[in-house]
Formats: sequence, structure tokens, C-alpha cells
Amino acid sequence: MVYDPFKESSSSRTLSAPPSSADYLKDSLFRFFAYFCALSIIILVAYIVIELGIQAYPAMEKHGLGFITGTTWDTNQGIFSVLPEIWGTVYSSLIALFIGGFFGIGIAIFLTQSFVHAKLELTFRTIIELLAAIPSVVYGLWGIYVLIPLLRPVADWLHETMGWFPLFGTELSGPGLAPAALVLAIMILPTVAAISADAFRRIPYRVKEAAYGMGATKWEVILKVMLPTASSGILAGLVLGFGRALGETMALAMLIGNVNEISISLFAPANTLASLLASTFPEAGQLEIQALMYAALVLLAITFIVNVAGLAVQQYTMRKFEGKK
Amino acid sequence: MNDDTPEILPPKLDLPALDKNVFEFRALKNSFLTVFVWVIGILASVPLFSVIFMLIVEGGSRLDLEAVTAIPPAGFETGGGFGNAILGTLIMVAIASAISIPIGIFAALYLSILEPSSKVATISRFLSKVLTGFPSILAGVFVYAVIVITTGTYSAWAGGVALAVLMLPTVTLAAEEAMRQVPQKMKDAAYGMGCTKTQVIFKIVLPTALPGILTGVILAVAGAAGESAPLLFTALFSNYYMSELAEPTASLSILIYNFSGMPFENQIELAWSASLVLVFLVLFFNILARVVGRSKFRD
Amino acid sequence: MTTKSDMGEFIAKAYQPKGPVVLDCQVKNIYYGDFRAVRDTHIPIEKNKVTGFIGPSGCGKSTVLRSMNRMNDLIESFRFDGSIHYHNNDIYNKKIDPVVVRRYIGMVFQLPNPFSMSIYDNVAFGLRLNRFQGDEEEMVVQALKRAAIWDDVKDKLKNSGLSLSGGQQQRLCIARAIATEPDVLLMDEPCSALDPIATRQVEELMIELKQHYSVALVTHNMQQATRVADVTAFLGVDISQGGRTGYLVEMDDTKKVFEDPQQELTQQYVRGEFS
Repeated sequence: MVYDPFKESSSSRTLSAPPSSADYLKDSLFRFFAYFCALSIIILVAYIVIELGIQAYPAMEKHGLGFITGTTWDTNQGIFSVLPEIWGTVYSSLIALFIGGFFGIGIAIFLTQSFVHAKLELTFRTIIELLAAIPSVVYGLWGIYVLIPLLRPVADWLHETMGWFPLFGTELSGPGLAPAALVLAIMILPTVAAISADAFRRIPYRVKEAAYGMGATKWEVILKVMLPTASSGILAGLVLGFGRALGETMALAMLIGNVNEISISLFAPANTLASLLASTFPEAGQLEIQALMYAALVLLAITFIVNVAGLAVQQYTMRKFEGKK
Repeated sequence: MNDDTPEILPPKLDLPALDKNVFEFRALKNSFLTVFVWVIGILASVPLFSVIFMLIVEGGSRLDLEAVTAIPPAGFETGGGFGNAILGTLIMVAIASAISIPIGIFAALYLSILEPSSKVATISRFLSKVLTGFPSILAGVFVYAVIVITTGTYSAWAGGVALAVLMLPTVTLAAEEAMRQVPQKMKDAAYGMGCTKTQVIFKIVLPTALPGILTGVILAVAGAAGESAPLLFTALFSNYYMSELAEPTASLSILIYNFSGMPFENQIELAWSASLVLVFLVLFFNILARVVGRSKFRD
Repeated sequence: MTTKSDMGEFIAKAYQPKGPVVLDCQVKNIYYGDFRAVRDTHIPIEKNKVTGFIGPSGCGKSTVLRSMNRMNDLIESFRFDGSIHYHNNDIYNKKIDPVVVRRYIGMVFQLPNPFSMSIYDNVAFGLRLNRFQGDEEEMVVQALKRAAIWDDVKDKLKNSGLSLSGGQQQRLCIARAIATEPDVLLMDEPCSALDPIATRQVEELMIELKQHYSVALVTHNMQQATRVADVTAFLGVDISQGGRTGYLVEMDDTKKVFEDPQQELTQQYVRGEFS
């Protein structure tokens, strides 16, 4: 029974009653279950890391660090290494970050610094959010049948007139880095825009007021006051967007060409870790699967580091403004 | 400046800020940059409209009853559809929801109300955030290792679990955020009346936060419906309607992936139609989430 | 603040209650972590009277009040040293769950905090929580009438509690608190968010309420204390040890405290020399 010495001593009028034993039982059961659920997220992450580690272990033992520095992926000879994929992953993500970041920050400014009427602002915000909602595989399809045909004449012209420039060193024969990176840029744009816009909104109004009060024009306020103040939040958005780009799979598997080469040319086909997994895994034999697990582990490590860095910057930003209150 | 200028005009020198040239340059720069962000804003909307336009033109032309009910055609066949893929997607998303939504909401209760600053909560919250940025294909690799290898078959189960791995952190974080929006004074009122924590949660927090939780959950469902990478080697694909959950299962996204690279006109048309259906499904959930989010009890 | 450093050991003269005591509050120390918030404060809450708590901000009057139904237990770093007897049982007895305490000792908060449910459900909430078996509707109506809000809401019991005005919300919260007929009602600056008219209504209500309940009232407004409270406890702040520790300076009948205070500090405070 529930310990309740008050019932007897309190006035007879009161309707108060202690929680019943059933209430307490529910309480402890529920707490335990909720605790277990929260714990399950930790267990899940640990399990993912351990499981991938176990699966990749034979390949790790066999290929060692050479896996990361070598450039061959040859199933017949049993030689597996992923430097071209790491290169492709990082290179495509960096290009995407450059384009998507530029547009994302532009949009964040556009949406938060009262350039448009509130209703129009909502429309644009919805458009950007829907941009994030389109499935990756649909972007892949769109890339194949819309973007690549559109890019080809441009790419060919650039190659013909400026072929000496390493970035335009090859022809775009179909799939390649440029369309893949462009689609990737579209896909990370909403992430960058949302987090940057959030950083702008966190800036107290009085900061802006102070700048206007000193006679600055709108753009002087934005460029000299708002942008530097929001910089750490924008950085967080860029880093998290970069993390997203590193792990993006389907659109890249459809657009990048899946060729294990390291090339600086924007129009050359390439490969990424994620699309290597997507395109090779279904038909892989046991040895190759072990190597792919190793590749998955490498991808996990890269994205983990980038994401943690992004979260740390975001955390720092939030504290910066909350501390000032 | 002219040396002959009489001395009665010194104020002219004291107001350089009002000099017309400087003012014009600043104004010019101002309007140039304004045009510039407008261009960025409009350019960024182009892909969305282009995708939607293509979906309607290319996908709409082929979207009929046969497309949404028939099974996929083989190489040179004409006709066919993706009915089995629609069913597969819905079933796997349902499995994923059934697993991830309850766990996610309970975990969120722990994170937001039961023990928000405990060690387990702090780590769990952090890992959830890390997991949301986790490449979706790794969920597929993980579930392949854990379920496909163990059971020896690709299955709807495996696909559903892989999607659940991706949904779980999204649901958890969204639900936690929604629960945090419940005003502290409302919770205090409930504690003050002698509610146990469980009673505060079930009688006050959950009902009050429900619209927010639903929004988060529906958005997670929408995301899962559009995912393909985790299904590649967990559910694989099938050209037939499923007869049980423990066999390879078709999904819209994998069908689009497979058909997009085929050299046949018919398949490519179907890929566009399937994309239209998939985007429609995803956007439907998105709009639903927005509608549900508007609660009448918001302060 | 005119506290002298040698007042560190000051302990107020004990107040001799004239009627039966419902809640006998003897605080030795209250800590938040290392911070000593309140010390040496003995306040008996008498039956069917309004006991007012006044004092400068930061004197711990709300802290003491919130200790009386163990609301402070929700704050992790909170530590209570002393005893609070409800009738003859110490509510800080280790065997007692704070949840049980809060069932018997009702509370009205500084900001009106109705639940996001209908007006009726707000009031019925406590009845259902305490598994009340009788006629729920009758009890709800009675509580609303006693809280003097029945006329305002009788036609819209199904509307959200949040749709009411601030003053109405606060009276709804009072109705909710008294629906289960608790012996003691703790009110933590219940009028601080209300306009003068709503404040008047709530004050009149408090005077009504003491016929049935014993009320402990924290207020920042001295006029309110003179209008409503039968007994007044004045708490001061001791800054001699670097912190800001609240303690009881004087407690007596309201008239005595305001017209003939025994302590110099009380005198200065009621004359409005600091706040």
C-alpha cells in the first residue's frame, strides 16, 4: 500500500487521495520502459559500429591501411582499396558545398532580412523545405534526363575552349562529377539555408537596430553586422550540409558514373564511397562484401567526424546567444 | 575644391556624408545586392519547379490504372506498372513506423521530461543528432549484416528495420522538441496537484504536445517513404506482389533506380510515373504534417 | 538593505498561534546546491486564516511556500533541512512521496496556468486524479462557484481554459485547486500577472476562501497583505555572509506588523524604505 498518514489527520471534507498502487506500478513500469527506449538509441549506435567493425575485420586485417591509400578495386584479383572513392566523396561534396553553401546562405539572407513580404517569404521557405523532401532517387532520375543533357553542351564548350584548364580537362560523356555535384548542391541547399536562417533569427533585434542607428545601409548592416554575428551558425550549417553530402547515395550512384579514377576534371566520371556500396554490394561475393564493410566503416568514420564537428559548432552558437541574454 | 570659394561656405565641407556621389554609390550597391539575392532566391526554386514539371509531363502521361496496379514489365515487354512496388513501400514504411514511433516517443519522454539532464539522456540526445546525419546506406549495410545474413534472405522485414533505424532519431528529436514546447507552468500545475511524473506525461504533456509530435512523426514517415539506399540490399526488389514479409520486396524507390538505367523507353516512362507517385506520397505527408501542426491550443 | 553583519545569528521571536495550526513550517536551512537560500524560519499556518508572506525580492518567501507542498523537490539541487508538519505528520518524512503531499496541499501559481483542455476538464482534473467517486459535475460547478467564476463560464464549459482572460484563468486555476477540497491552499503571488480589477476579484475571493480553507499567500504587494492577510510573516535578506539568505524577521497579526512592528527592519520595509 501507499504510505499516506495524511488521510486520517486531514479534515474529513477533503477529497484528496494518494495515488493508488496501480498508479505507482504504472509509473515505475513506464519510467523503466522510457529509460530503455532512450538507452536503445545508444545501444543501436554502438551495435552499428561494432557490427560493421566485426564484418569489416577480415578485410581490415588483410588490406590494412593500404585500403585507404591504394587505387585499385579489382574483384578478380581480390585487390580492394578506396582512395579514388574517398577522393570522389570529398571532391564532389566540396563542390556541392561551394555551390549549395553559396545559395543556401543567400537564401537565408533573403528569407530573414525582410526582402520579401511575409507571405512570399513563407512561399519561398516552403519551396526550400519541399526541395529537401524530394527523394534522392527522383533527383537522380531528373539528373539523368534533364540535368546531364542540359550540361553537356556547356561542358563540351568549356572543354573545347578551355581544355588546358585542369577543371575542364575531359569531356562530359554522360554521367560525371559535375551533374552529381550539382544535384548534391541542390540537396544540401535546404540544410544550409535552414540552419543559417536559424542563426540569423537568433541575433537579437537590438543588434540590427544599433547598426541602423549608426546610419548603415541595409546591406552594410547585413554584410558587416549580421553576417559576422551569424558566422558560427552558418559554419555549423555548412559543416552539417557537408556531412549530408558525404553520405548521400542514390543520386550519386545514378549520376557520377561509378568509375574508380582520381581526376580533377569536373566532367570526368568518378565514384564515391556510398555509391560504391550501392552499386557493388548487391552482386558482391564474400571477400568483396568484407571489403565493402571496410569501406562502410571508412564512410562512417568520415561522416561521424564531420557531423560531430558540425554539432559542436552549432552547440557553440546556441550557447553564445543564450549566454548573452 | 576651388581656392576662390568665399569663406562663407564652410558648412559644405562639414557634411561630406551628404555628398551626392557617395550616397549614390552606396545606394547603387544596395540595390545591386538586393537584385542579387532575389536572383539567388528564384534560381534556387528552379530545380523544384523543373522536377515537378518533369514529373507531371513525363510521369503523368503514363499514369493510369494499369501503372499503379500491374507488376513491372520485363525487358522488351510493353505495358506493366508498379503496383507491387507501391504496396511494398507502404508495408515497409508501416513496419518502420511501428518500430520507430513508439520507441522514439518514449525515448523523447525520457529525454525531455523524465531525466533530461541525466547521462543516458545527454548521450542519447547527442547520438540521435549524430544518427540523423548518418548516411542512409549505412543503415542498409548494418541491417544486411544483422538480419539478411542471419535469416538468409532479403525481406520486407529487413527493409522495414533499416528504415526504422533512420526514422528513430528523427522521431525522437522531433518529439522531444515538441514536448519541450509544453510550457513549464502547465507542468508545474500538474505536479502541484499531485500528479506522478507518469500522470503529468500522459494527462498533460502528451495531449498538449500531440500536434507537434504528429508533425515530426509524419515528416519522418515522409522521409522514410522516399528512402532507397537502405532498401537496396535489405529488401532488394521483386517483380511480383509479395506473398509474405520474409521475401524480397519491391519498393517504388528501388524500382525507379533500377528502371532509370535501363535502355527501354517503357521502363523509363514507368520510372517517371513511379517518381510522380512517390513524390505525391511524400508531399502528401509533408502537407499533412503542416496541417496537423496548426494546433488550436497553442498559446 | 540595512542588514548589519552581526545579524547573522538573528532568529525571529516565535509567533504564538491563536488557533489550531494546520501546517507547521520549521525551516532550519534550505539550500540550492551550495547556495543557502533560507535559514531559521518558523511559520505556522493557522486554520481558516490567510497567512501572508512579505519581504523584499530574493528573501525566499516563494521558496518557503514551495517547500510546503514539496514543489521544490522537482529541482535537483534542492535540499531541505528542518520539518514541516501537516497536522501531525512531517511531510519531509523519508517514507513520504512528495506526490502524496501535493494531493493534500493545493497550490495556485504566480502565472495563471490552465491546462490546454476544456474549462470543465480543467476543474475535473483533480477529481479524476484523486479517483473521486461521487457526482463529478456537481463538484465542478461548486468549485467554479466558490472561485467566483461560474457566471463567467457557465455557458462555455467546453471551451478551452486558455481562451479565458488572465484574471479568469487565475480564478479557473483556483477553482481547479479547490475542487478536491484540500486543507491548505498555497498561493504564490497569484495576482502579480493580473490587472487591478482582476486583482480585486481574486483578493475578495481569498477572503471568501478562508472560511473553508487555510491559505498561505506570498505577495509582493504590501497593500494586498493588509487587505487580505490575517497574519503576516516578514522575511528579510541576510547578505552578511556573501550570499543572499532569506530568514524570518517578524511574524504577527497583520495589524501589528504594519502598525507596530517590533523590528527596525520591518519598520523600514513597511514604511516603504526598501523593497
